[in-house]
Amino acid sequence: MKIVVCIKQVPDSSKVDIDPENMTLKRYGVESKINPFDLYAIETAVKLKQTMNGMVCAVSMGPPQTEAAIRESYMLGVDEGVLMTDRNFAGADVLATSYALSQGILAGGMPDLIICGRQTTDGDTGQVGPEIAEFLNIPHLAYVNRIVQADQDGIVVEMDMPETIETVRIGFPCLITVEKGIYQPRLPSFKLKMETRERPVRKMTLADLPDKNPQNYGLKGSPTQVIRVFPPQSSTQRETWDESPETLSEKIYDKLSELKFL
Amino acid sequence: MSTIKVLPFSNQNLDELVELCPFNAIEKLGTTVEINSGCRMCRVCLKKRPDIFVLELPGETRKIDKCDWQGLAVFIEHQAGSVHPVSFELIGKARELAGRTGQPVFCLLIGHHMPGMAEEALNYGVDKVFVYDRPELGHFRIEPYTAVFADFVNRAKPSGVLVGGTSIGRSLAPRVAARFRTGLTADCTILDIQKNTDIDQIRPAYGGNIMAHIQTPNHRPQFATVRYKIFNAPEKIPPVGTIEYCDISSEKLKSSIEVLDVRPKEKVRSIEDADAIVVAGKGVKKESDLAMVFELADALGAMTAGTRPLIEQGWFDPRLQIGLSGRTVKPKLIITCGVSGSVQFAAGMQGADNIIAINNDPRAAIFDMAHYAVVGDLYQVLPALLDKIRKGRAIL
Repeated sequence: MKIVVCIKQVPDSSKVDIDPENMTLKRYGVESKINPFDLYAIETAVKLKQTMNGMVCAVSMGPPQTEAAIRESYMLGVDEGVLMTDRNFAGADVLATSYALSQGILAGGMPDLIICGRQTTDGDTGQVGPEIAEFLNIPHLAYVNRIVQADQDGIVVEMDMPETIETVRIGFPCLITVEKGIYQPRLPSFKLKMETRERPVRKMTLADLPDKNPQNYGLKGSPTQVIRVFPPQSSTQRETWDESPETLSEKIYDKLSELKFL
Repeated sequence: MSTIKVLPFSNQNLDELVELCPFNAIEKLGTTVEINSGCRMCRVCLKKRPDIFVLELPGETRKIDKCDWQGLAVFIEHQAGSVHPVSFELIGKARELAGRTGQPVFCLLIGHHMPGMAEEALNYGVDKVFVYDRPELGHFRIEPYTAVFADFVNRAKPSGVLVGGTSIGRSLAPRVAARFRTGLTADCTILDIQKNTDIDQIRPAYGGNIMAHIQTPNHRPQFATVRYKIFNAPEKIPPVGTIEYCDISSEKLKSSIEVLDVRPKEKVRSIEDADAIVVAGKGVKKESDLAMVFELADALGAMTAGTRPLIEQGWFDPRLQIGLSGRTVKPKLIITCGVSGSVQFAAGMQGADNIIAINNDPRAAIFDMAHYAVVGDLYQVLPALLDKIRKGRAIL
């Protein structure tokens, strides 16, 4: 059984500021860790591999330094890594990202199962998983928070919906996005770090993909365009209270009474 | 679409050029630099070094005819026989936008046995409701729902489609958007429209304190998801719209997903329905210190909630997280204790009627959205406040 996990390298700190002088972005956090939500996807894949006698491949798209994230996934039990890096992939929105990842997955041969985290901490859209499934023409399930059973043909999972828990069976090949509750991610293993030091990371560029048309990737393949970025608006009628704790507590007390909450 | 090109140059400090990019997308390559796949088109390099970085305009691109796509569509989500209120909020916004461009508003209703729901949508001023009612659609399964959604888009040809940012919406909308190879903007907090029917989609971006204004200028339909309680539901009006019952072949409704069991979760009071909320942020140092927050909430008849770091530490149930990756709330009163106020958090609560923010950092971003900015240490202010509340009770 072959399992693919899609991972992303994200900045350690997600703080970003605007230079007030020319309204441009100031330096953003350096991309340096695996998206925390992806750790749950990796853990799920590694657990399944152990019970199902399979192999796990991590696929990531990003600049060359993303190799560090793939190396880290090796320390968590991932067997193979693919890094998709090419200038043609730059500036991709949800659609172009999903399309590129789906092509990278196809280039390695269609897996039985693809697992994604629920969202990234920098893009925060949570939409790439379902779009990859669409491009691969396979079904998907989101919000999976328990694997009930798995066999050669499919898996039974529980999904955490707002008011219900649904148990469903889905046949392979398919894609699932997993929730935090699924398994506790393991810590990177020093033993695996040593063992996988020489393990290669397969680099993929546009030339390695089934669809080699650059118009379908990166900025050119992105239907959405960022017109501008700007700081959020601040509240106009604001009272600032900067006094002793005693006075502050009095003012809050009076305000809460006025609003009839006390 | 345009990309960034590096012009030939000499005698430049390459490290300085590399430093220009907030996303580390400028890389040294021999004696020059190149833009790598980390580029997000923020255009900082264009502004700072226009002598080296220039915008390369694309060759010919396929132009779509926007006149072929008319009207705004809203996906009506329902559960256990009732329509999710986010659907009405989206109808309200769709009517406002469509009114500006003189376009109709459509709704899409998918399921089985949905008595009165299409009529209910008409009460909110929808022009036409498209109904797909089939036994195979009784339960949400991705393949048949995507097939029906695609059938609807081909039938109605809407310029834009609004979908609630719910569990179902966030799974279905990207799938349909990908099928049409068009753009999708998730979790918009502001929507507007241009005369040419391009929708202005605004959302917090890059996980930080920045808003991004996004358009889908050359693809249709334009998909956007919006969380519950971001917009207001409109008033009901006498209905004028019509209902169209649509058919679709059984072939398209096949699924490899088999629903084995659906069981209700224990009912927890949702913070989305609370009138008052007290929120704890990173300023609360120990889990035991939350006692102050709980006591204040009790006294006010409020619910308590947390910011993302506190949820990640396991101090609160994830259902009590306010923010873009949690819940959006619109209570009458919200008191934040030690919350710094990221855009992600703000997006989840700035609709509140009264925001009282307690933070010891006078420059905290939370004060930008607060109505009452309380500059003080919560470890001093809260005990004093609780003391007053206890005394006030004793008098009564």
